[in-house]
Amino acid sequence: MQKMPQWADVVLIPLISLILAAVLSGLVILAIGENPITALTIMIDGAMGSKYAWGYTLYYATNFIFTGLAVSVAFHARMFNIGGEGQATLGGLGVALCCLYLPWPHWSLAILGAIVASAAFGAFWALIPAWLQAKRGSHIVITTIMFNFIAAALLNYLLVSVLKPVGSMEPATGKFPEPTHLPNFAEMLAPLGISFSRGAPANVSFIIAILACFAVWALIWKTRLGYEIRAFGHSESAAKYAGISPTKIILISMSISGALAGMMALNNVMGEAERLVLNATEGAGFIGIAVALMGRSHPLGIFLAALLFGVLYQGGAILSQDTSIPVQIVLVIQALVIMFTGALDNMVRMPLEKVFLAFNRSSAKPTTKPTAAE
Amino acid sequence: MTSPASGTAHPAIELRGISKAFGAVQANKDISIRVMPGTIHGIIGENGAGKSTLMSILYGFYKADAGEIFINGTKTLIPDSQAAIAAGIGMVFQHFKLVENFTVLENVVLGAEDSGLLRPSLARARRELKSLAEEYELNVDPDALIEDIGVGMQQRVEILKALYRKADILILDEPTGVLTPAEADQLFRILGRLKDEGKTIILITHKLREIMEITETVSVMRRGEMTATVKTAETSPPELAELMVGRKVLLRVDKKPATPGANVLEVRDLKVTDDKGVRRLKGISFDVRAGEILGIAGVAGNGQSELLEVLGGYEKASGTILLNGELIDLTGKHSDGQSRRHRGIAHVPEDRQREGLIMDYMAWENAIFGYHHEPEYQKSRLFMDNAAIREAAAAKMGRFDVRPPDPKLSAKNFSGGNQQKIVLAREIERNPDLLLIGQPTRGVDIGAIEFIHQQIVALRDQGKAILLVSVELDEILSLSDRIAVMFDGQIMGERLPGETDAKELGLLMAGMTGEAA
Repeated sequence: MQKMPQWADVVLIPLISLILAAVLSGLVILAIGENPITALTIMIDGAMGSKYAWGYTLYYATNFIFTGLAVSVAFHARMFNIGGEGQATLGGLGVALCCLYLPWPHWSLAILGAIVASAAFGAFWALIPAWLQAKRGSHIVITTIMFNFIAAALLNYLLVSVLKPVGSMEPATGKFPEPTHLPNFAEMLAPLGISFSRGAPANVSFIIAILACFAVWALIWKTRLGYEIRAFGHSESAAKYAGISPTKIILISMSISGALAGMMALNNVMGEAERLVLNATEGAGFIGIAVALMGRSHPLGIFLAALLFGVLYQGGAILSQDTSIPVQIVLVIQALVIMFTGALDNMVRMPLEKVFLAFNRSSAKPTTKPTAAE
Repeated sequence: MTSPASGTAHPAIELRGISKAFGAVQANKDISIRVMPGTIHGIIGENGAGKSTLMSILYGFYKADAGEIFINGTKTLIPDSQAAIAAGIGMVFQHFKLVENFTVLENVVLGAEDSGLLRPSLARARRELKSLAEEYELNVDPDALIEDIGVGMQQRVEILKALYRKADILILDEPTGVLTPAEADQLFRILGRLKDEGKTIILITHKLREIMEITETVSVMRRGEMTATVKTAETSPPELAELMVGRKVLLRVDKKPATPGANVLEVRDLKVTDDKGVRRLKGISFDVRAGEILGIAGVAGNGQSELLEVLGGYEKASGTILLNGELIDLTGKHSDGQSRRHRGIAHVPEDRQREGLIMDYMAWENAIFGYHHEPEYQKSRLFMDNAAIREAAAAKMGRFDVRPPDPKLSAKNFSGGNQQKIVLAREIERNPDLLLIGQPTRGVDIGAIEFIHQQIVALRDQGKAILLVSVELDEILSLSDRIAVMFDGQIMGERLPGETDAKELGLLMAGMTGEAA
């Protein structure tokens, strides 16, 4: 029996969670003696008030779409991949090697190469925990989070000792060659006669992210593999009955998940930094978990949730820049949204289900009465 | 507590106008019932009739929307199970709530300790158990670990737990589901003894035989309503069945004698060892011929599940299996479920909710589950032809009378019987050479049982081989053309249904061969 209509699950719960987070954030801002309404206006204006603002918001959103999709694909197989951070780090390594050591004539070819490289590196990084889970029973949550640290340490070593250009003081690779630079929104929209802020980092990988949304949607709901992944995620015992190999599903779904997380590097490494630096992922791998939860593991939901978190990130940055609200409080606000939309889902869901049940019952009564009287 | 001598005949339990709804579903509708002290009162009804809900209200698990509960004539509120225990109500659940690696004594004391220190409670419990054992012939070794004792013994521990908590009213929910006929007889003797000592017993069951055997009064529930309360002596099984279902039902399966052909399945010396190193199948051999139903009888957990899993392709085994004279791969690359389906083995698993269906999948998605690799369901190498699958599923649901016939409804929204019909439709319509079918009517309402039995017999009459596994002896006896009895991973013997009876099969199920008994 359906406890709640689907629109309540998809729209109402995230909305209520968001409002709760906003109210609590407002109280925090009040407590430090600032005006929450002003703060909200500044945030929204800073994230959506200009083309420049949108350029940043969509840049962040692109990261979150990739990591959100990554988490969702693993979710469908009931794998909790919290290693998006490490997989995106490795994806960055793949992109850097691809851009630095292969002679690309044009960005359109370079991006194809980078897609393959980032996906392969990310998939590889997810495949090891997946294999350990499938063959040795090591819990995927533990191993993927460990692999985040290993990835960070590995990158640290490579940047400091191997990839750093001679004479540089910074743990980063050299600048990628000119032909691998991806066009940003200003360059993309110029041929159409639309002007866009030249300084904003949003770039052509946003389009790749949208394509990835469609690809994931088709994979999960239209293909045989998606059918098997979801079946395994819903019931491992039933999957075994049907002759679906758990090992195969774990390995494949985690590889796809890792590949998507790795592809985030197209945006932050290739599209924005144009070189590989330490900690390039900036926590986007973890935000992906909240994005996937809030987006109900559906690409459309993930797209919208990623946009919201993009707004939150860009707006938060502007807030700490333009007001005396300290950056720590901005982090608190972001954390509150993640907590309410991600972790505290049941806190909103349970009372709401009760409300719907009560509502259904009271609306059912008047309709049964007259029929009984007939 | 009312003393028997007082003579005022208050009912031990009286429920007045109990109603309970879960959302739009009315699980209990205005139910009133009086259970006199010192009697055994049966409550019978199909799955989903509301028996368990009613007892859960009485035991404080659910709060009734309306109605009152009277215990020994006093109105009592039972907000939780603590209150139920305080009111003298004890419950023996269908699935035992025992800690496997605790001793009997520890389990009895668990949750009823006298103080923070365990030793005095255990000592008191040991004395108490001894006197209970004498009083009711409930002998159990107090120091045995639960995991080491049999199911029948575990059930006694559950009863002892209730008695230790001073229960005067004992509710037993489907107590014989996991017992052999002999163990069930023993349980009934104990219940009789308890009754003689003045305890009141409520027996919830869907088995007419048990109602007829030991109850004095019986209440019939149908779709949340109490349709009748009658004296057991004044009723008959057909009448009760009719009250349960609301129409006349055929209790016997209508079938012609089998005309078996060649061997379809030949199993030789099949052995299975599980992950823990326990031998589940100890070298069993049997045949199933075309056009016959071989019934495997046995108490749950004696290797029947493993047998089905091996044949269905998701359990490794050693030995030899031939299908239509050709060897079947038991450990290698072709030992998986997909390969088995290709060879013409269809499988209706014992547990449709855990295995046969994905409960969150829609009916049409379930209608190809396991066969989703078949070429007719593909649009291209990568994509499935979802529209065609939906259409085919709708047609199948029509043919198998699945209600409601909506392929876009999730499996979990169908009743047990209709879920089973979805599985059955999927497996039978593949036109298999061999159908494996486990517990075909477990949790299925009587109306659907008839339909499912007819389908199985019809498949047999088309000349297919059928391996039927069931813990319901009645089902085995009425459907099978031959019966093999399993005990402890072995086949104890084969019988013909016309030449045996429940008693003989019951002895075999308990591991005793006919000669020894």
